[in-house]
Amino acid sequence: MIYLMCLILFCVGIYCILVKKNLIKIIIGIGIVEYAVNLFFILVGYRVQGRAPILAKEQVVQNMVDPLPQALVLTAIVIGLAVTALIVAIAMRIYEKYGTFDITKIRRLKG
Amino acid sequence: MANKPFNSDKQGMTLIVKTITRLTVGLILLYGIYIVLHGHLSPGGGFAGGVIIALSFIHLMLAFGKDLALKKLSESLASFFESFGAIMFLTIALLGFMGGYFFFNFIFKGKPFNLFSAGIIPLCNIAICFKVGAGLFAVFVALILLKITVKKE
Amino acid sequence: MNHELIPLFVAIPLGSAFIVSLLGKKLRGFADTFSNLATFSLFSLSLLSFLLTKRLGTIVYKVGGWIPPIGICMVLDSLTSFMLVTINLVAFLATIYSISYMEKYTAKWKFYTLFLLMLAGMDGVIVTGDMFNLFVFLEIGAISSYALVAFGVEHEELEASFKYTVMGSIASSFILLGIALLYSYTSSLNMADISRTLAQRGNGQIVFFVSVLFLMGFGLKAALVPFHAWLPDAHPSAPAPISAMLSGVLIKALGVYALARIFFNVLGMTATTSSILMVLGTASMIIGGLLALGQEDIKRLFAYSSISQIGYVVFGIGMGTTFGILAGLFHLFNHATFKSLLFLNSGSIEYATGTRDLRKMGGLTSKMPVTGYSSLVGSLSISGVPPLNGFWSKLLIILAAIEAKHFIFASIAVLVSILTLVYYLKVQRLAFFGELKDSLRGIKEVPLTMKLSMIVLSIICIFGGLLLIPGIQKNFLNLATEVLANGTNYAQTIFGSIK
Repeated sequence: MIYLMCLILFCVGIYCILVKKNLIKIIIGIGIVEYAVNLFFILVGYRVQGRAPILAKEQVVQNMVDPLPQALVLTAIVIGLAVTALIVAIAMRIYEKYGTFDITKIRRLKG
Repeated sequence: MANKPFNSDKQGMTLIVKTITRLTVGLILLYGIYIVLHGHLSPGGGFAGGVIIALSFIHLMLAFGKDLALKKLSESLASFFESFGAIMFLTIALLGFMGGYFFFNFIFKGKPFNLFSAGIIPLCNIAICFKVGAGLFAVFVALILLKITVKKE
Repeated sequence: MNHELIPLFVAIPLGSAFIVSLLGKKLRGFADTFSNLATFSLFSLSLLSFLLTKRLGTIVYKVGGWIPPIGICMVLDSLTSFMLVTINLVAFLATIYSISYMEKYTAKWKFYTLFLLMLAGMDGVIVTGDMFNLFVFLEIGAISSYALVAFGVEHEELEASFKYTVMGSIASSFILLGIALLYSYTSSLNMADISRTLAQRGNGQIVFFVSVLFLMGFGLKAALVPFHAWLPDAHPSAPAPISAMLSGVLIKALGVYALARIFFNVLGMTATTSSILMVLGTASMIIGGLLALGQEDIKRLFAYSSISQIGYVVFGIGMGTTFGILAGLFHLFNHATFKSLLFLNSGSIEYATGTRDLRKMGGLTSKMPVTGYSSLVGSLSISGVPPLNGFWSKLLIILAAIEAKHFIFASIAVLVSILTLVYYLKVQRLAFFGELKDSLRGIKEVPLTMKLSMIVLSIICIFGGLLLIPGIQKNFLNLATEVLANGTNYAQTIFGSIK
C-alpha cells in the first residue's frame, strides 16, 4: 500500500515536468521525482519489528532494518544535489540570455 | 534592504540577525566537525558533516553580506580545498593499492567503538568533508556572483 | 602487473581531472600536456588489458579485498577490453584535436577537467561488475556531459543543455527505480549474484517490469527511437571534440553496452526482449535516416545519422544469435571511428569558415585538402561503400538478419543504407565539391594537431575491414561476442575466477 503512495508521488513529479511552463517549476518537478525514487528505495529495506541499524557498546544485536539501501540512497541524494545545482545554474544563464523563464518562448532549436 | 531602522551597515540583515549569527556560527562549525570525526560510530560521516560545515559559511554570507564571507573564505581557496579533498581521497585509495588492493584498509584497526579505530574510514570521511563542504560553498558563491551581473542589466 | 591494472582505468582519469583543476589555471600549457599524457597512458593500458584477457581469461578484481557478493568487484573480460580500446582510442584522438580547437573558447582547463571526468565515468561503467556502481559512474559521465554541452555559453547551447539535462535525469530516475526493484527481489547488487539468483528462482512478473524500466532508462541514454529527442539538439551544440566523444562513444558506453550487459548476462535474453530490441532498432534506422534528409546544419545532419546507425547496432545485438552479436559489435567499433572522424571534420570546417550551414559552403576541398579527403573517406565508409570498414559491418548485419530469417528487417536495412548514401553525397556535394564561394576565399587549412587526429582516424577507417581476417577476428571480435552469447553463464565465469 505504501509503495503505491511512492508511485503516486513519482507520477505527480512527472506531471509537473510535462505540463508546467516555467523553468523553475520543471526543476522542482525533477526534485520531486528524485525524492519519490529515494523514498521507495529506503522503504524496500524495511523489516518488520526492526530498529535502526546502529551498533553501540554493550548492546544485544536484535532485529535490524536493512542498512544497505540507506547507504545507497545517501549517494543518490548527493547525485541529485549535483544535478540540481547544475540545472539551476543553466536556468539562470538562460534567463540572462533570453530574458524569460517561459519555455514556450525559448524555442530557437527546431527541425 | 537598506531602509530598515537599526541597520547601520548597507549589506546584510538586521542587527538582531547579526548578533545571533556571531554567537552560533562557531557552534555550527564545531558540530559539523563532530559529525565528521564520529562518522564511524554514529550516523553522519563525510557527506552530512561537509554539508553542515558549508552551511556555517553560507549562514555567515546570508547574515553579513557577501564581502565579509568572501574575506573569510575566498572562492579560489574554496576551489583549492575542493580539488585537494578529492586528491587526498584518491591518494588514500592508491596507498591501499600499493599494499594490496584498491581501498584496502591498511591502518591499524583498534578496538571497535573507540574514536581511533576502523582503519582508513575516518581519513576518508575527512577528505570527503573537505570536498563536499568547499564544493557546496563554491556553488553558492558562483550562483550569487552570477545573480549580481543579471540584476545590473 | 597482472590484475592490478583494472582500478587504474578509473583512478587515472579521476586523479588527472582534479590535478588539472588544481594546477591548470596557474601554469600555462599544463592542462594540455597533462591531459594528453593521461589519455595516452589510458590508451596504452587498454591495449595491454586486451593482451591480458587473451592470456588469462576473465579477471575479477576485488575492491578493498572484500569477497563478492559482499564487496564490489571489477571485471575485465573480452567485451570489456574491446569497449575500453574503442573508447580510449577516440578519447586520445579527441584530446589531441582539442589542443588547437579549444583556443577559441575561454577557460581551457575547465574543459579538460570536465572531459577527464566524463572519461572516468565511461571507463567506470565498462569496468564495474556491480549494479549500483554502474549507476554512480553513469551519473558521473552524464553530469559531466550535461555541463560540456553548455560549454560555450550561447543561446542555443544553453537551451539544448537544459533539454538534455531534464530528459537525462528522468532516465536516471527510471534506472534507479529499476535497481531498487531488482534489489528487493534478489537482495543483492552484484551482477553475477543477481544472475545466479534469477536462474534459481525463475523470472517473476517483476523482472519483466524491471526490464521495461531499464529499456526506457538506458534506451534514452542510447538514443533509441521513442527516446531520441534530445540528441539532435545536444550534439550539434557541443564543441566539436565533445560532439565526437558524445556521438562516438558516450551513447555506446552508457547506453548500448549497459543494455547488452544487463539483458544478456544479468536478466537473460527472452524472445520478447529480442523482438522489442529489433523493432526499436529498425524504427531508429528509418526515422533517423528520413529526418536527416532535410537538414541544412551539418552537425545536426550528423546527429540524426548517429540515431540511424545506433539503430543498426541495437538491431544487430538484439537478434540474439552469435552472428548478429558479432555484426552489431563490429558496427559499434566502426561507427565510433567514422562518426568521430565526421564530427572532427565539421569542427575544422567551423574553425576555418565560421559557419555550419551547408548552403553557405562550397568547394572546400581546394583550400582544405586534409579535411576534404578525410571527410570523403568517412562519408563513403558510413554509407557502406567497399572496401572501407562500414561496408563489411553493414554486410554482416544484413547477412545475420537473413540467416535468422528476418527478411523484412534485412530489406529495410538495405534500403536505409541506400538512403544514408544519398544524404552523405548531398553533404559532400554541397560542402566540399563545387564552386568555391567568394566569401570563403581567404580560408586556410587547420593547424597540425587537428590534421593529425583526422588522418589517424581515416587510416583506421580504411584498414578497419582487416579486423575480419580470420586470424585477427578470432582474437579480437569473437572473444567479445562469446561473452555476450554466453548469456547467464556469466555468473559461473565470475565466481570461478575469484581468487
